[in-house]
Amino acid sequence: MLYAILCYNDEDITSAWTKEEDDRVMARLAAVTETVAKAGRLGPVARLMPTTTATTLRKAGQGKRLEAGPEPPVVTDGPFAETKEQLLGFYVVDCASLEEALSFARELGHANPGGAYELRPISLFLPGTAVT
Amino acid sequence: MNELGWIDLALRSARPRVLGALMRYFRDLDLAEEAFQEACLSALKNWPGQSPPHDPAAWLIFVGRNAAIDTVRRQSKQAPLPPEDALSDLEDTEADLAERLDGAHYRDDILRLLFICCQPDLPATQQIALALRIVSGLTVKEIARAFLVSEVAMEQRITRAKARVADANVPFETPDEPERVKRLAGVAAVIYLMFNEGYSATGGDALIRDPLCEEAIRLGRLLLRLFPGEPELMGLLALMLLQHARAKARLDGAGAIILLEDQDRRLWDRGLIAEGLALLDKALRHQAAGAYRIQAAIAALHARSARAEDTDWREIDLLYAALERLQPSPVVTLNRAVALSKVHGPAAALAMIEPLAAKLGGYFYFFGVKGAFLMQLGRSADARVAFDRAIALAHTPTEAAHIRSQIDRLSRENKN
Repeated sequence: MLYAILCYNDEDITSAWTKEEDDRVMARLAAVTETVAKAGRLGPVARLMPTTTATTLRKAGQGKRLEAGPEPPVVTDGPFAETKEQLLGFYVVDCASLEEALSFARELGHANPGGAYELRPISLFLPGTAVT
Repeated sequence: MNELGWIDLALRSARPRVLGALMRYFRDLDLAEEAFQEACLSALKNWPGQSPPHDPAAWLIFVGRNAAIDTVRRQSKQAPLPPEDALSDLEDTEADLAERLDGAHYRDDILRLLFICCQPDLPATQQIALALRIVSGLTVKEIARAFLVSEVAMEQRITRAKARVADANVPFETPDEPERVKRLAGVAAVIYLMFNEGYSATGGDALIRDPLCEEAIRLGRLLLRLFPGEPELMGLLALMLLQHARAKARLDGAGAIILLEDQDRRLWDRGLIAEGLALLDKALRHQAAGAYRIQAAIAALHARSARAEDTDWREIDLLYAALERLQPSPVVTLNRAVALSKVHGPAAALAMIEPLAAKLGGYFYFFGVKGAFLMQLGRSADARVAFDRAIALAHTPTEAAHIRSQIDRLSRENKN
């Protein structure tokens, strides 16, 4: 079974880390992942940029029916903030601009209306080897 | 990280929110600061050996509020009549001690706290010092070191500034939208001042003071998290990140200035650049461009150029022209002239800055730039006069040394 492990913490605190503290944390994490990576069991690893870089696309349809609703999707600045919806999955996609990423997300939203996508640039990406 | 490490970090990052809330309750900066201190001492006593409280800020506000109520009670026994203001919210507070914190309040609390520091009648350095002391919680010693002045002098400066803002009477009601916009603009300005004081110091020995830049970036991030839909805050943060990304390349081993076109671009911090570009990308989706966004767009053009000769100076010239229209200022025109010199040559650029002489007669960069244009035109004697004037106006030994190196180049070229 493949597991996704999603990382949560208080951004007020992590953004107050000095460069040295940040490097130390990353080095300690790398030491933990190394064993799993050597065994060929580590998939992609990503560190996201701060939530200040996030953009959220609220999809049309609000999940009540499968066809897209009459209202167009709405783009807002900032991270996904609702608590009544749950994280169900993610895509990693290479785009030249936020506009390009948004148009991909709009296509996804058209295929599956309801809910929202949060778009967040990735600051560190390690592709990993586990998945076959 | 050891135990005191995480506690310290938690206290530091909770500070703006906690102090902002305590200010709302007690409407007195000294009382709020004292209450925060009490709460921190209590945290240092109670937190070790435990896991962090679920919401450290809420814990600190609760404890700080109780501590301040005790203080006000004690004082009210000594003084015949406590000032009405200090007690304004006290009864509600007592009646409702276990009240859950209202998340909607705290962004305006933090904004108010920052806004208190940026009273326009305070000199810029005092606004910055006050923001560092009150909002960031740096010690007077740390701030004195950042400004390279004595601790005593900084203590006096902060005390004076505090007395001035105490009289400023920033209203405590939740601000309406125009008031909020006004506060955001004032606060953005003081954050950018702080950044600039670090990026290009106006005094002391060192040209660059990284801690000021880093603190300004931290506050910029904090503010944008609170107001995620404000394009000018995105622009401001992008601008600071893109400029700060060049920090390691701006001075050589001996501390001398390296101009943008001569910098080793491999030393630029790619992480900061990527974040800055992502923010700018977001900001540009919004309609009318603001001054920070335009400046960030200019910084981004530099960041995107792998080599100095790849720089799109034509586009930079256009962006400066847009900035000139939005925010006319001789300094902006001076910057535009540098871009213009790359596109149309030094003669056109010199013609552009000549009319600025009256307004920028006391400005170091004006004479540095003018000297450089004259040098490019082969007018060595005139260049020398401009450079001498620049040295006389330099803020730091580093700036003066940079101009002297230009004069050396001038003499070498004359000999050849």
